[in-house]
Amino acid sequence: MKLVLGHLYPEYLNIYADRGNIAVLTQRAAWRGIEVEVLAIGLGDAVPARADLLYVGGGQDREQALVAPDMAAKAEGLRSSLDAGAALLAVCGGYQLLGRSYVDAAGALLPGAGILPLHTEAGRRRLIGDVLLECELEPGSPRTLAGFENHAGRTLLDEGALPLGRVLAGFGNDGQSGFEGCRLGRALGTYLHGPLLPRNPWLADWLIAEALARQNGGVPPQLAPLGDALESAAHDVAARRARERGGRF
Amino acid sequence: MRLTCEIAVAQAVGALSRRSGRGGGTTLPGKVLLRLDDGAVTRLAARLPEGVAIVSATNGKTTTSALAARILGEGRLLCHNASGANLLSGVASTLLDSRGSDMALLEVDEAALPEVLRRIEPRALVLGNLFRDQLDRYGELESLATAWRAAVRVLPASTRLVVNADDPVLGNLAAGRAGSVTYGVDDPAQARPSLQHAADSKYCVSCGAPYDYAAAYVGHLGDYRCPSCGNTRPPLQVAARSVRLDGLEGACFDLVTPAGTCPVRLPLPGLYNVYNALAAAALCHALDTPLAALVAGLESALPAWGRFERIAVGDGKTVTLLLVKNPAGANEAVRTLLSGAEPPKLALVALNDQTADGRDVSWIWDVDYEPLLAVADRLVASGDRAAELALRFRYGGMAEDAVEVVPALEEALDRALALTPAGGELVVLPTYTAMLALRRILAARGHVRNFWDAA
Ligand SMILES: [Zn+2]
Repeated sequence: MKLVLGHLYPEYLNIYADRGNIAVLTQRAAWRGIEVEVLAIGLGDAVPARADLLYVGGGQDREQALVAPDMAAKAEGLRSSLDAGAALLAVCGGYQLLGRSYVDAAGALLPGAGILPLHTEAGRRRLIGDVLLECELEPGSPRTLAGFENHAGRTLLDEGALPLGRVLAGFGNDGQSGFEGCRLGRALGTYLHGPLLPRNPWLADWLIAEALARQNGGVPPQLAPLGDALESAAHDVAARRARERGGRF
Repeated sequence: MRLTCEIAVAQAVGALSRRSGRGGGTTLPGKVLLRLDDGAVTRLAARLPEGVAIVSATNGKTTTSALAARILGEGRLLCHNASGANLLSGVASTLLDSRGSDMALLEVDEAALPEVLRRIEPRALVLGNLFRDQLDRYGELESLATAWRAAVRVLPASTRLVVNADDPVLGNLAAGRAGSVTYGVDDPAQARPSLQHAADSKYCVSCGAPYDYAAAYVGHLGDYRCPSCGNTRPPLQVAARSVRLDGLEGACFDLVTPAGTCPVRLPLPGLYNVYNALAAAALCHALDTPLAALVAGLESALPAWGRFERIAVGDGKTVTLLLVKNPAGANEAVRTLLSGAEPPKLALVALNDQTADGRDVSWIWDVDYEPLLAVADRLVASGDRAAELALRFRYGGMAEDAVEVVPALEEALDRALALTPAGGELVVLPTYTAMLALRRILAARGHVRNFWDAA
């Protein structure tokens, strides 16, 4: 099997160790004998139909502003890619840009790609700290995600939209709702970086399997288990940090 | 009159906190002073006959001010916050101790700089660089740069601005300011083949287009030009040419100044220390120091405490501490290690996530450790976030059994020393609080003194 990973705006959105998430997806696929091809999708590039998994990272305000109009212009390409069964992970800035709109600190409204059912407004204080979530991507098997958040935006999900998880410790989408991130089928958006995937390998595996589903009759393939002792140890420290000091100004 | 009394109060507090053994008592007197009289810092600074020089930067401000102190301290009584207390309270404490000094040399935290400049009109101000550093604490690089620009705009004309022209965020700050001094590296042979992954400021500050780099030296520092609006690195007044890096032994270069050119043998390693030397030289040049004195000061440099220290630990073994606190610094540490005759086969890398280290550890994934991973056959990962660090090395391609995870620092140090052959050198790359802890362990074993005893 072969996995094509489309990395959006690697030159612009790459803060908070997005490279770590890409390395984890690539290595964990490779360790199972799945070949990975990483495609850079830059400003003005079309979203390639053969991408099985799309990744969008975060950037500083300047980089994010440079990318925003192009992201909005890619909306149709992104939607048809998701409709064709691609999976997606968007972190931080990428998560915001995939929403309907962003209202910045000066009150200006910037249109987003409108892929995820949410919108974001800049708040006065940044929400910064360790986070721990409980997620149930597969009904009946709750898992935790440990990460770090650093965002001025307050993200509000539309009525009926699904969050990625419930906040056990930390701020989450807006510091109030008790929810973090957003899930739309195989597309996930979240503020968690750190990076997210090295210490939460189950999510990396979920994304890989969902991305490969369309090559497997629409069913995510079973991936061979990996050792993950180091990953668990890193997760446990991060989870403890979130419980000790997450969600506080 | 009031000032004297406050000084007495604050000094009493300082003596008390030193006596209680809480490590130096370097900021408490300043805190008390600021509480008692907000204008005191301004008046204390104004009474220094040769004024105040300030050094700020994300990377290298401690080393730069240590180098400048070496030069300026010749024939002058200098008061200098060498302990690294570089927030407003540390500045206030240092000035409290300045009675009888000719001049103050202040290292100032990059986020605290605007606040300090509101109270002190410096005779000279070094703006060294702005890198992405501990985003969890300071917010993003752009807002810091904006705050710096605003502070520079209201500086009095009498302040001589000393600017790293190679940093595109800062380069144009000197434009149109009489008496300003620009510095940078002028040696394309030292350029990296391309901008590194961790480079922070790749886009033009004026128009947003990506810069073209004729040479990228350290992170985003280099010879840049915007192809769209023409914003470009300003001409260098103080420069390093013909640079030769010699691993951990040091660096040689030709120091070019408006007063002439002279070869310098700098006993500090790496191109990042060449930048620190240039910053110190440019500052002292702006303060009218002759070239010979610049060279003598730089060549007699002692490493700033904990930044780069070689400590003999018995058995002929040496522990070499290289502080690493952000991606740009870590990249330079890796380059320095690999520029020597014998790149290390073993290293102890320690990652803590306390406030002084940065609570967000994601920066380790932005470091280009790969050249080190390619030559090392063993890495010991330690600190509070040892497992996270080990994952970085594993997913970077290191074999599972080549990475040892020993979170406790003392245990990790002993394990790494056991792996070091007799007469060998153990390279240690710690974050800030891990460096402090390791140094405390080495002090307890009698290999090195605590810094407040060392003065
Ligand atoms: Zn430009």
